Amino acid sequence: MLTCQQIVDLVTAYLEGDLPAHERLGFEKHVAICPPCRAHLAQMRRVIATTGTLTVEDVSGEAELALRHAFRDWNARRGDG
Amino acid sequence: MVAIANTVESGSHDDGALVAAFRQGDEEAFVALVRRYNGLLVRVACRYTDSFAVAEEVAQETWIAVLKGIDGFQGRAALRSWLMTVLVNCARRRAASERRAVPLAALADGDGDAGRDPTDFFPADHSRWAGMWTTCVSNWADIPHERFLAAETQQRVRSAIDELPPAHRAVITLRDICGLSSSEVCELLELTEGNARVLLHRARGRVRRTLAQYVEALC
Repeated sequence: MLTCQQIVDLVTAYLEGDLPAHERLGFEKHVAICPPCRAHLAQMRRVIATTGTLTVEDVSGEAELALRHAFRDWNARRGDG
Repeated sequence: MVAIANTVESGSHDDGALVAAFRQGDEEAFVALVRRYNGLLVRVACRYTDSFAVAEEVAQETWIAVLKGIDGFQGRAALRSWLMTVLVNCARRRAASERRAVPLAALADGDGDAGRDPTDFFPADHSRWAGMWTTCVSNWADIPHERFLAAETQQRVRSAIDELPPAHRAVITLRDICGLSSSEVCELLELTEGNARVLLHRARGRVRRTLAQYVEALC
Protein backbone atom coordinates (compact mmCIF):
# COMPACT_ATOMS: atom_id res chain seq x y z
CA MET A 1 0.00 0.00 0.00
CA LEU A 2 1.35 3.39 -1.00
CA THR A 3 1.94 5.97 1.72
CA CYS A 4 0.48 9.49 1.56
CA GLN A 5 3.98 10.86 0.98
CA GLN A 6 4.33 8.58 -2.05
CA ILE A 7 0.94 9.71 -3.36
CA VAL A 8 2.10 13.34 -3.27
CA ASP A 9 5.33 12.41 -5.05
CA LEU A 10 3.43 10.50 -7.74
CA VAL A 11 0.62 12.98 -8.33
CA THR A 12 2.12 14.61 -11.42
CA ALA A 13 3.00 11.27 -13.00
CA TYR A 14 -0.58 10.12 -12.29
CA LEU A 15 -2.16 13.22 -13.82
CA GLU A 16 0.15 12.91 -16.86
CA GLY A 17 -0.99 9.32 -17.36
CA ASP A 18 2.58 8.08 -16.94
CA LEU A 19 2.01 5.53 -14.19
CA PRO A 20 2.07 1.87 -15.25
CA ALA A 21 -1.29 0.15 -14.76
CA HIS A 22 -0.56 -1.54 -11.43
CA GLU A 23 0.86 1.69 -9.93
CA ARG A 24 -2.11 3.66 -11.20
CA LEU A 25 -4.47 1.17 -9.53
CA GLY A 26 -2.51 1.44 -6.27
CA PHE A 27 -2.69 5.23 -6.49
CA GLU A 28 -6.45 5.23 -7.09
CA LYS A 29 -7.10 2.69 -4.34
CA HIS A 30 -5.25 4.85 -1.83
CA VAL A 31 -6.97 8.07 -2.90
CA ALA A 32 -10.37 6.36 -2.67
CA ILE A 33 -9.95 5.71 1.04
CA CYS A 34 -7.75 8.66 2.09
CA PRO A 35 -9.53 12.04 2.39
CA PRO A 36 -6.39 14.22 2.73
CA CYS A 37 -4.82 12.65 -0.37
CA ARG A 38 -8.10 13.04 -2.23
CA ALA A 39 -8.11 16.72 -1.24
CA HIS A 40 -4.49 17.08 -2.35
CA LEU A 41 -5.26 15.57 -5.77
CA ALA A 42 -8.21 17.96 -6.13
CA GLN A 43 -5.94 20.85 -5.17
CA MET A 44 -3.41 19.89 -7.85
CA ARG A 45 -6.18 19.74 -10.47
CA ARG A 46 -7.32 23.19 -9.37
CA VAL A 47 -3.75 24.52 -9.61
CA ILE A 48 -3.52 23.29 -13.21
CA ALA A 49 -6.92 24.77 -14.07
CA THR A 50 -6.03 28.11 -12.47
CA THR A 51 -2.67 28.32 -14.25
CA GLY A 52 -4.52 27.52 -17.45
CA THR A 53 -6.62 30.66 -17.04
CA LEU A 54 -3.47 32.77 -17.37
CA THR A 55 -3.64 32.16 -21.12
CA VAL A 56 -4.08 35.45 -22.90
CA GLU A 57 -6.99 35.53 -25.32
CA ASP A 58 -6.48 39.08 -26.49
CA VAL A 59 -4.35 42.11 -25.71
CA SER A 60 -4.14 43.98 -22.37
CA GLY A 61 -5.39 47.57 -22.18
CA GLU A 62 -1.87 48.81 -21.51
CA ALA A 63 -0.40 46.95 -24.47
CA GLU A 64 -3.15 48.14 -26.77
CA LEU A 65 -2.59 51.75 -25.73
CA ALA A 66 1.14 51.45 -26.39
CA LEU A 67 0.40 50.05 -29.85
CA ARG A 68 -2.05 52.88 -30.58
CA HIS A 69 0.72 55.37 -29.80
CA ALA A 70 3.13 53.42 -32.00
CA PHE A 71 0.55 53.47 -34.81
CA ARG A 72 0.06 57.22 -34.53
CA ASP A 73 3.81 57.84 -34.63
CA TRP A 74 4.17 55.56 -37.65
CA ASN A 75 1.19 57.12 -39.40
CA ALA A 76 2.44 60.64 -38.77
CA ARG A 77 5.85 59.77 -40.22
CA ARG A 78 4.20 58.28 -43.31
CA GLY A 79 2.31 61.52 -43.83
CA ASP A 80 5.63 63.37 -43.93
CA GLY A 81 7.02 61.05 -46.61
CA MET B 1 -6.14 24.15 -21.16
CA VAL B 2 -7.59 26.80 -23.46
CA ALA B 3 -7.68 26.11 -27.19
CA ILE B 4 -6.71 28.75 -29.71
CA ALA B 5 -9.82 30.81 -30.51
CA ASN B 6 -11.55 29.70 -33.70
CA THR B 7 -12.46 33.29 -34.51
CA VAL B 8 -8.97 33.75 -35.95
CA GLU B 9 -9.85 31.53 -38.92
CA SER B 10 -13.30 32.97 -39.63
CA GLY B 11 -11.93 36.51 -39.75
CA SER B 12 -9.17 35.84 -42.26
CA HIS B 13 -11.22 36.86 -45.28
CA ASP B 14 -11.34 40.44 -44.13
CA ASP B 15 -7.71 40.63 -42.95
CA GLY B 16 -6.93 42.13 -46.36
CA ALA B 17 -9.53 44.85 -45.85
CA LEU B 18 -8.15 45.68 -42.42
CA VAL B 19 -4.57 45.85 -43.74
CA ALA B 20 -5.65 48.13 -46.60
CA ALA B 21 -7.52 50.35 -44.15
CA PHE B 22 -4.68 50.71 -41.69
CA ARG B 23 -2.24 51.46 -44.50
CA GLN B 24 -4.52 54.42 -45.21
CA GLY B 25 -4.13 55.55 -41.59
CA ASP B 26 -7.17 53.83 -40.02
CA GLU B 27 -6.10 53.25 -36.41
CA GLU B 28 -9.16 51.16 -35.52
CA ALA B 29 -8.39 48.77 -38.37
CA PHE B 30 -4.90 48.24 -36.94
CA VAL B 31 -6.29 47.72 -33.43
CA ALA B 32 -8.83 45.21 -34.78
CA LEU B 33 -5.96 43.18 -36.25
CA VAL B 34 -4.04 43.39 -32.97
CA ARG B 35 -7.07 42.13 -31.03
CA ARG B 36 -7.61 39.35 -33.52
CA TYR B 37 -4.08 37.97 -33.56
CA ASN B 38 -2.29 39.00 -30.39
CA GLY B 39 -3.33 35.91 -28.40
CA LEU B 40 -1.96 33.65 -31.12
CA LEU B 41 1.30 35.61 -31.29
CA VAL B 42 1.82 35.34 -27.53
CA ARG B 43 1.17 31.58 -27.57
CA VAL B 44 3.60 30.99 -30.40
CA ALA B 45 6.17 33.31 -28.77
CA CYS B 46 6.01 31.03 -25.71
CA ARG B 47 7.86 28.44 -27.75
CA TYR B 48 10.85 30.77 -28.06
CA THR B 49 10.93 32.27 -24.60
CA ASP B 50 11.01 30.91 -21.10
CA SER B 51 8.55 33.33 -19.54
CA PHE B 52 5.05 34.46 -20.35
CA ALA B 53 5.99 38.10 -19.69
CA VAL B 54 8.75 37.96 -22.29
CA ALA B 55 6.39 36.25 -24.76
CA GLU B 56 4.01 39.21 -24.36
CA GLU B 57 6.89 41.62 -25.04
CA VAL B 58 7.91 39.70 -28.15
CA ALA B 59 4.32 39.98 -29.41
CA GLN B 60 4.47 43.76 -28.89
CA GLU B 61 7.79 43.93 -30.77
CA THR B 62 6.17 41.94 -33.56
CA TRP B 63 3.39 44.52 -34.04
CA ILE B 64 5.97 47.33 -34.18
CA ALA B 65 7.86 45.33 -36.81
CA VAL B 66 4.57 44.83 -38.71
CA LEU B 67 4.08 48.61 -38.88
CA LYS B 68 7.65 49.09 -40.13
CA GLY B 69 7.44 46.27 -42.65
CA ILE B 70 3.83 46.48 -43.88
CA ASP B 71 4.85 47.99 -47.21
CA GLY B 72 6.80 44.82 -47.87
CA PHE B 73 3.70 42.67 -47.37
CA GLN B 74 2.31 42.04 -50.84
CA GLY B 75 -0.75 40.14 -49.72
CA ARG B 76 0.23 37.06 -51.74
CA ALA B 77 0.69 35.01 -48.58
CA ALA B 78 -2.00 34.93 -45.90
CA LEU B 79 -1.52 37.66 -43.32
CA ARG B 80 -1.37 35.07 -40.57
CA SER B 81 1.64 33.30 -42.16
CA TRP B 82 3.41 36.58 -42.63
CA LEU B 83 2.74 37.52 -38.99
CA MET B 84 4.28 34.21 -37.91
CA THR B 85 7.43 34.95 -39.93
CA VAL B 86 7.77 38.40 -38.40
CA LEU B 87 7.15 36.92 -34.93
CA VAL B 88 9.80 34.24 -35.26
CA ASN B 89 12.34 36.84 -36.41
CA CYS B 90 11.54 39.06 -33.43
CA ALA B 91 11.77 36.12 -31.03
CA ARG B 92 15.15 35.08 -32.41
CA ARG B 93 16.46 38.65 -32.32
CA ARG B 94 15.31 38.90 -28.73
CA ALA B 95 16.96 35.63 -27.71
CA ALA B 96 20.19 36.66 -29.44
CA SER B 97 20.21 40.07 -27.76
CA GLU B 98 19.76 38.43 -24.39
CA ARG B 99 22.81 36.43 -25.34
CA ARG B 100 21.33 33.21 -24.07
CA ALA B 101 24.46 31.23 -24.76
CA VAL B 102 23.41 28.44 -22.45
CA PRO B 103 20.42 26.41 -23.65
CA LEU B 104 17.55 26.28 -21.22
CA ALA B 105 18.08 22.60 -20.52
CA ALA B 106 21.46 23.32 -19.00
CA LEU B 107 19.77 25.58 -16.49
CA ALA B 108 17.98 22.59 -14.95
CA ASP B 109 19.20 22.89 -11.40
CA GLY B 110 19.47 19.90 -9.14
CA ASP B 111 17.61 21.80 -6.47
CA GLY B 112 16.72 19.65 -3.51
CA ASP B 113 13.14 20.81 -3.29
CA ALA B 114 11.06 17.72 -3.94
CA GLY B 115 7.96 19.86 -4.34
CA ARG B 116 6.56 19.04 -0.91
CA ASP B 117 7.11 20.17 2.65
CA PRO B 118 8.81 17.29 4.54
CA THR B 119 7.07 18.20 7.80
CA ASP B 120 3.71 17.40 6.17
CA PHE B 121 4.46 13.69 6.63
CA PHE B 122 5.46 11.37 9.45
CA PRO B 123 8.95 9.94 8.84
CA ALA B 124 9.37 6.55 7.18
CA ASP B 125 10.53 4.97 10.45
CA HIS B 126 7.52 6.10 12.47
CA SER B 127 6.06 3.16 14.36
CA ARG B 128 2.41 3.85 13.53
CA TRP B 129 1.94 6.47 10.83
CA ALA B 130 4.97 6.23 8.59
CA GLY B 131 4.48 8.37 5.48
CA MET B 132 1.07 9.65 6.47
CA TRP B 133 -0.09 13.28 6.58
CA THR B 134 0.69 15.19 9.78
CA THR B 135 -1.69 18.03 8.91
CA CYS B 136 -5.17 18.53 7.53
CA VAL B 137 -5.39 19.10 3.81
CA SER B 138 -7.92 21.77 2.93
CA ASN B 139 -10.86 20.83 0.78
CA TRP B 140 -10.82 23.54 -1.88
CA ALA B 141 -14.32 22.57 -2.98
CA ASP B 142 -15.43 24.55 0.09
CA ILE B 143 -13.82 27.70 -1.31
CA PRO B 144 -15.98 29.74 -3.72
CA HIS B 145 -14.99 29.07 -7.33
CA GLU B 146 -14.78 32.80 -8.10
CA ARG B 147 -11.86 33.20 -5.71
CA PHE B 148 -9.68 31.16 -8.06
CA LEU B 149 -10.73 33.22 -11.06
CA ALA B 150 -10.20 36.63 -9.43
CA ALA B 151 -7.58 38.92 -10.98
CA GLU B 152 -5.58 39.10 -7.77
CA THR B 153 -5.40 35.30 -7.50
CA GLN B 154 -4.17 35.10 -11.07
CA GLN B 155 -1.56 37.74 -10.30
CA ARG B 156 -0.31 35.69 -7.31
CA VAL B 157 -0.01 32.62 -9.50
CA ARG B 158 1.80 34.62 -12.18
CA SER B 159 4.28 35.96 -9.58
CA ALA B 160 4.84 32.49 -8.16
CA ILE B 161 5.70 31.25 -11.64
CA ASP B 162 7.97 34.22 -12.35
CA GLU B 163 9.91 33.45 -9.16
CA LEU B 164 10.60 29.84 -10.13
CA PRO B 165 14.10 28.81 -11.23
CA PRO B 166 14.42 29.17 -15.05
CA ALA B 167 13.99 25.53 -16.02
CA HIS B 168 10.95 25.03 -13.74
CA ARG B 169 9.44 28.27 -15.03
CA ALA B 170 9.99 27.27 -18.64
CA VAL B 171 8.30 23.89 -18.25
CA ILE B 172 5.21 25.07 -16.37
CA THR B 173 4.81 28.08 -18.67
CA LEU B 174 4.98 26.03 -21.84
CA ARG B 175 2.80 23.17 -20.49
CA ASP B 176 0.16 24.78 -18.32
CA ILE B 177 -0.05 28.34 -19.70
CA CYS B 178 0.77 27.86 -23.36
CA GLY B 179 -0.75 24.39 -23.66
CA LEU B 180 2.15 22.70 -25.45
CA SER B 181 2.28 18.92 -25.21
CA SER B 182 4.81 17.04 -23.11
CA SER B 183 6.74 15.90 -26.19
CA GLU B 184 6.79 19.44 -27.68
CA VAL B 185 8.24 20.77 -24.44
CA CYS B 186 10.86 18.02 -24.27
CA GLU B 187 11.94 18.76 -27.82
CA LEU B 188 11.99 22.52 -27.34
CA LEU B 189 13.89 22.46 -24.05
CA GLU B 190 15.99 19.38 -24.87
CA LEU B 191 14.82 17.47 -21.82
CA THR B 192 13.99 13.83 -21.27
CA GLU B 193 10.38 13.07 -20.38
CA GLY B 194 11.50 12.11 -16.88
CA ASN B 195 13.37 15.39 -16.32
CA ALA B 196 10.49 17.45 -17.68
CA ARG B 197 8.03 15.69 -15.42
CA VAL B 198 10.19 16.27 -12.32
CA LEU B 199 10.50 19.98 -13.18
CA LEU B 200 6.74 20.21 -13.80
CA HIS B 201 6.00 18.39 -10.53
CA ARG B 202 8.17 20.74 -8.49
CA ALA B 203 6.88 23.85 -10.28
CA ARG B 204 3.25 22.90 -9.74
CA GLY B 205 4.06 22.05 -6.11
CA ARG B 206 5.38 25.55 -5.51
CA VAL B 207 2.42 27.15 -7.24
CA ARG B 208 0.09 25.01 -5.12
CA ARG B 209 1.76 26.26 -1.95
CA THR B 210 1.44 29.90 -3.05
CA LEU B 211 -2.17 29.41 -4.07
CA ALA B 212 -2.97 27.58 -0.82
CA GLN B 213 -1.49 30.36 1.31
CA TYR B 214 -3.57 32.92 -0.56
CA VAL B 215 -6.99 31.29 -0.97
CA GLU B 216 -7.01 29.62 2.45
CA ALA B 217 -6.02 32.83 4.26
CA LEU B 218 -9.12 34.53 2.91
CA CYS B 219 -11.45 31.97 4.51
